[in-house]
Amino acid sequence: METILKIENLYKNFGLVKAVKNVSLEIKKGNVYGILGPNGSGKSTTLGIVLNVVNKTSGSYSWFGGQMETHEALKKVGAIIERPNFYPYMTAEQNLQLVCKIKGTNYSKIQEKLEIVGLLDRKDSKFRTFSLGMKQRLAIASALLNDPEILILDEPTNGLDPQGIRQIRDIIKTIASHGTTILLASHLLDEVEKVCSHVLVLRKGEILYSGTVDGMNSQDGFFELQAENLQELKNALAQHPSIDKIEEEEGRLIAYPKGSVNASELNKFLIERNIFLSHLVKRKHSLEEQFLQLTNNK
Amino acid sequence: MKRLLSIELQKIWQNKASRVLTLTYFVLLSFIALIASINFSFLGINFRIADQGIFNFPYIWHFNTYVASILKFFLAVVIVSMMANEYTYGTLKQNLIDGLSKNEFIKSKLITVILFALGSTIFVFIMSMILGLCFSSYDEAGIIFSDLEYLLAYFVKLVAFFSFCLFLGILVKRSAFALGFLLVWFFFEGIIFGLLRWLVFSSTEQVQKVTAFLPLESMSNLIKEPITRFQAYKAIENQVSGGVAPKDYSVHWYEILIVVVWTVIFMLMSYKILKKRDL
Repeated sequence: METILKIENLYKNFGLVKAVKNVSLEIKKGNVYGILGPNGSGKSTTLGIVLNVVNKTSGSYSWFGGQMETHEALKKVGAIIERPNFYPYMTAEQNLQLVCKIKGTNYSKIQEKLEIVGLLDRKDSKFRTFSLGMKQRLAIASALLNDPEILILDEPTNGLDPQGIRQIRDIIKTIASHGTTILLASHLLDEVEKVCSHVLVLRKGEILYSGTVDGMNSQDGFFELQAENLQELKNALAQHPSIDKIEEEEGRLIAYPKGSVNASELNKFLIERNIFLSHLVKRKHSLEEQFLQLTNNK
Repeated sequence: MKRLLSIELQKIWQNKASRVLTLTYFVLLSFIALIASINFSFLGINFRIADQGIFNFPYIWHFNTYVASILKFFLAVVIVSMMANEYTYGTLKQNLIDGLSKNEFIKSKLITVILFALGSTIFVFIMSMILGLCFSSYDEAGIIFSDLEYLLAYFVKLVAFFSFCLFLGILVKRSAFALGFLLVWFFFEGIIFGLLRWLVFSSTEQVQKVTAFLPLESMSNLIKEPITRFQAYKAIENQVSGGVAPKDYSVHWYEILIVVVWTVIFMLMSYKILKKRDL
């Protein structure tokens, strides 16, 4: 698969504060990536570096295999960062025209993109008259203007009301379904869980996890079991080679496997030992629980 | 280059305040022509300024460029705000993200500054030409087109001054503070002059030789005040003090050089700040 962005051993210090520590990341075409992390974890700084607005301290990054300069590459990238930045005295359409001039594309896409974000009827209104949600949608339209290879969104739903969040999320889903590569930075976990296939978890500038969303979940999948005789069940489970840890909780046993064990396998193992379960569930931690565990552990 | 200019002009032209100020500037420039209509009565004799040789070639080049350069503050406001606004609106960041390089960003501002200066110079040239042809006592081509170095000096002066404004806009990031800083710098040069005169040098001429290297001072040195060169003034001075002190009014190449060097310094420093600063 084609590599769009490659980050290697990136560091950024703001004076004594180490904002980004040794971040490496490779973004392949067609995937949807999430960068998760609490506020101040270095998400925006990392994105700022690859977007040419923050200077790196050390490390390297390259766009599209490194054949072109960053600012040329950025013409093929659509990005919005934290809050929408436009000229307040220009109308929506004029602002997009300016972006077209910078990107070196013609004006033909403006109507279409305004339509996608539902701002076509407000195209002649000045930017300063827009609500935050509309500003954010205009930013998305602007980022889509050149039909980018990759869309970078930094906290796109920050500060929006529930309707606004829903609208933005729907737009993102539509774009993702068209096969556009997306990099989404957020501290809202369900947002990432719903749209992303890959995830990078940052805390204090360091990578805690990097891989697929499913991979992150299966790491800590666990079983809830119940039988008439809990003690017998516990003893039997302890004999299972892949069960790492057993806890008792509210009349149930929680068993944490080491590797991947599926439920029917475990059931068969217990039946062979004459234990019949009244309750067996294989559960995964939600991304939120995972995230909190990851960020608290260290 | 056309692309950069079109980006920048859109930013300025669609801003109402900048548009009004730019138009006001050119309207005020053309008001210099109104000096022609000034009449006043002195000791019972009717004076009409236009008939006193103020619009004589080649003196008119000197006089008009001097008066016109006073009005440059209007454009200075436009230029400072065009730079500072990019910071306050956060659009500098957005421009870079959209794929403008920092180099292109500075270039687009520089081209605009040059365009403004060029526009103003051409405007002053045409206006002086018309006024001169109407009122000048001399209309031989040789005289008309002599002393044109005042126009060159005017152009260089404007570019340098606007570059300084641009630099302050980038350095301070807020229009009002940048303009305030400009004023402070003006006083600062005055203070330097005073201190040097008081502590270091014994004569004013020596101090002037040193302060000629300061940015604002070097710009104002390019075109010296033309009033004392005016024939009528000379005549009066002759009568009062019985002689005219000789004064050099011409534009010197080294004065232009100093100002050009400052322009380059301001541009490079602007670029350097832009490159170094995290947004």
